Amino acid sequence: MSAILDRLLGRKKKSARQAKERLKLVLIHDRTDLNPGTLELLKDELISVISRHVDIDPAAVRIEMTQDGRQQRLIADIPLNPAGRRRVR
Amino acid sequence: MAAKVVTVTSGKGGVGKTTATANLASALAAENLKVVCIDADIGLRNLDVVLGLENRIVYDLVDVVEGRCRLRQAMIRDKRLPELYLIPAAQTRDKSAVSPSDMVRLCDELRPDCDWVLIDSPAGIERGFRNAIAPADIVIVITNPEVSAVRDADRIIGLIEAEEKGPARLIINRLKPAMVKREEMLSPDDVLELLAVELIGIVPEDENVTLSINRGLPIVLDGKSRAGLAFRNIAARLRGEQVPFLDLNDQGGLLGRLARLIRPGGA
Repeated sequence: MSAILDRLLGRKKKSARQAKERLKLVLIHDRTDLNPGTLELLKDELISVISRHVDIDPAAVRIEMTQDGRQQRLIADIPLNPAGRRRVR
Repeated sequence: MAAKVVTVTSGKGGVGKTTATANLASALAAENLKVVCIDADIGLRNLDVVLGLENRIVYDLVDVVEGRCRLRQAMIRDKRLPELYLIPAAQTRDKSAVSPSDMVRLCDELRPDCDWVLIDSPAGIERGFRNAIAPADIVIVITNPEVSAVRDADRIIGLIEAEEKGPARLIINRLKPAMVKREEMLSPDDVLELLAVELIGIVPEDENVTLSINRGLPIVLDGKSRAGLAFRNIAARLRGEQVPFLDLNDQGGLLGRLARLIRPGGA
């Protein structure tokens, strides 16, 4: 009954969308052997290496996998802190 | 004649490999093309029963490979479709009885005197799968619009590319248009976006498939069946014809877009 209510209120995703979203994530990891834990580890190491040379905000770093056809890409988005702020410190 | 070798595979079991092989072979043979189909699922043979030829088996694939008979002796000719032949799998042996190079040799022997060789691959990613794709010129991956089947299809497509047998062509089998419309089943667009391969056909769910297998009569010979028409269209696309995708009830927009996804000039 509550499921019907959810549906009426538009609260529940259609199952095909859920299937697609779940598959997207599963396929990324199947194709690359990279699990979320390894990805986190990679992110931490990248942050520590880059921080040695430039000033970055570790909380703003984003690492994600994207799909381009059957090719998987690792995208790292690392915003740099403005050089001025560093001098003030 | 110089045959093209087509392997039908899937990763997951039960998605329709054998049905597709039997029907594509029958559809090609019905066009007066000489077709040899090979059941590569050693130990779990089924192409014989789907084609209705189970009572005529004398020799099998392993007998040919081990030299107990000549290739011609293991080829069962279908009386209803005189251009269709079956080389059955052995039932009492396992996949290790045949190697990928055995399959390449056997297909090379068949190539000069037929138009098409169709190989029904076993499920899985082991030896039997490797045997089945070794001689292939074209690999067809068949899947259902379901999470587990799509995941396994993706895995098998990766292996096909790694073996340099790609690009794989995809059949989406057992699609239920009404469920897709309710957004309770992955649509062909969803599956193609996830797998990023070339589509060669969409086969709607059709009770007549069960009936046809019960009788051992390929569904492509049933002029009224939707699934039969879908398989005939796939056979035509294999032959290089441009055939529009079936309009699966009120989904012209969706399927029209799919048709444009197909690259022209495929084999």
